[in-house]
Amino acid sequence: MKRKRKTRQRQYFFDKPQNVKRVLRVLYAICGVLFLIDFVYHRHVVHPWEGLWGFHVIYGFVACVILVLAAKEMRKLLMRKEDYYDMDD
Amino acid sequence: MIWTTELPPFVPFFIGAFLVAITRGYLRQALLLLVPILGGVHLLGVEPGIYGQLTFLDYTLIPYRVDRLSLLFGYLFHIGAFLGVVFALQVRDTLQHVAALLYAGSALGAVFAGDLVTLFIFWELLAITSVFLIWARRTPEALRAGFRYLIILVLSGALLLSGALVYYHDTGSVTFEYLGLEGLAAWLIFLAFGIKCAFPLMHNWLTDTYPESTPTGTVFLSMFTTKVAIYALARAFPGTELLIYIGTLMTCFPIFYAVIENDLRRVLTYSMINQLGFMVCGIGLGTALAINGAIAHAFNEVLFKGLLFMSMGAVLHMTGRIKGSDLGGLYKTMPITTVLCIVGAASISAVPLFSGFVSKTMIMVAALEQGYDWIWLALLFASAGVFHHAGIKIPFFAFFAHDSGLRPKEPPLNMLLAMGMAAVLCVFIGSYPWLLYDLLPFPVDYVAFNGTHVIAQLQLLFFSALAFTWLKLSGLYPPELRSVNLDADWAYRRFAPGVLSALSPVGHLINSSMRRAAIRQVQSLLTFLWRHHGPHGVLARGWPTGSMVLWVAILLAMYLIIYYV
Repeated sequence: MKRKRKTRQRQYFFDKPQNVKRVLRVLYAICGVLFLIDFVYHRHVVHPWEGLWGFHVIYGFVACVILVLAAKEMRKLLMRKEDYYDMDD
Repeated sequence: MIWTTELPPFVPFFIGAFLVAITRGYLRQALLLLVPILGGVHLLGVEPGIYGQLTFLDYTLIPYRVDRLSLLFGYLFHIGAFLGVVFALQVRDTLQHVAALLYAGSALGAVFAGDLVTLFIFWELLAITSVFLIWARRTPEALRAGFRYLIILVLSGALLLSGALVYYHDTGSVTFEYLGLEGLAAWLIFLAFGIKCAFPLMHNWLTDTYPESTPTGTVFLSMFTTKVAIYALARAFPGTELLIYIGTLMTCFPIFYAVIENDLRRVLTYSMINQLGFMVCGIGLGTALAINGAIAHAFNEVLFKGLLFMSMGAVLHMTGRIKGSDLGGLYKTMPITTVLCIVGAASISAVPLFSGFVSKTMIMVAALEQGYDWIWLALLFASAGVFHHAGIKIPFFAFFAHDSGLRPKEPPLNMLLAMGMAAVLCVFIGSYPWLLYDLLPFPVDYVAFNGTHVIAQLQLLFFSALAFTWLKLSGLYPPELRSVNLDADWAYRRFAPGVLSALSPVGHLINSSMRRAAIRQVQSLLTFLWRHHGPHGVLARGWPTGSMVLWVAILLAMYLIIYYV
């Protein structure tokens, strides 16, 4: 009984909000560094678009936002109840 | 004699399936493990060439042909089968083990088939053996989905056979080699391959059925059918421009579905179509770099998609749930599975030093070099998208997100081992790709790890992750909802039956009673198998030493017969 209570109260890594914040801060920092690298490192590109400043940075971000927002809109058209196909067959 | 190179690689699997069917307990487990190991060791000694021809009716058949391309897939399928067998080792269901070995054997038969008739036979065997892995789930949904699967894939086989016959009529040969997209025969065969490759509008057999299979069955399913189709396309239609556009479409549209899909194994099937799209596109580009990229990516996909399906299978096995809306917070009690799943997610997302990176970038670079700028942009979009739904969504909603309150233990040791081995392979190939490069059909002078590739990829991935974080924190991210999303299968699951019943009530009656009868038949077959071969079955009870000795004697006798024949 005692042990049971112990597991229930156990705090896991992401139960502490400051740990979530820490992980996010690391992500922001890495993103910042990757963004700044474009100023320093000269990439050997095959295509001129690739060489545009911040190309992959902006493309990655924008692509994902468009993807998610468009998929969200798709739901209005395509989403049905879970038992939609459970016909009499 | 058993080690002769003339023994086609599918034979050990078929013999193994028979032996597994009649054995139990540790002996069966040992046999399951031995089949892919012995088969693989055997294949290592096989040199390229044609081993035996035979004449059947008027056709000259080449049932066993070996070249660099088929060898690579042969090695791959042995590795895949081994991982799958280890993952499924604790399963006590004869049906699944036998079906899995026959299925893996059929895939091997197909890639070493030198003519279209042999290819057709194994093509159909792939469908017929694998459907039992779906039916083995023994739910009404799985039964119905299995029928749809069988109808579509057998149709693919029928197209292949018609194509082969027309081809024979035109050329007087049935040898399976480069076809090119010209003439009726080539188009029929192209369509047959296209169905198994999950071309757009023909893709729903995959998303419909794989998530209905058992936790371990899906792992096998994900490894063979579509990869055989990729192999067949690479042999018959390299450099076909149409494939570039089909492939690009395949990379792009499924990721939208993947974002809003709730069943996490179904998310993986959509991401599978996305990955197949990269391969199809590479085959269409047709340059040495692109073909190498496509084949290498097929190799890697078996491993990382297998790993992802294993991790989701482990979650399903331990919790009985697989919907994103039901899961969350599992990292607390399944930390090892979490880490292994993340390795798979990093590999599919092509994070540098993980396996997807060394193959996918080959296809992207090939697209740019050939001047397909817009295709390259679309592939780049799909790369960001795959990171989003497979790289982040799968681990996030299963293991993190909100706490579902579930506290499952880690899965059994054999499952962890299988995932661990797959993860090691993903990291190994990702950091040391040259071993894989040496196996590819063309010499490789591609440098995966240069600053340009690595930095560009890292920028793309991390800013995709940033987008996910922002959308999630701002509440814009669509929540996981219990739902079904309409896809092309609506046409045959809802529209066509609806029209049929509207046109004629009698037709509807016949249709639905036939369906019910068919499902009853399969149900009774499965019940029969379960009663006799399931964990509590007559044939599974006890293990008297006498019968052990008997089986060992039979094994020995068979070995001797094979040895002296």
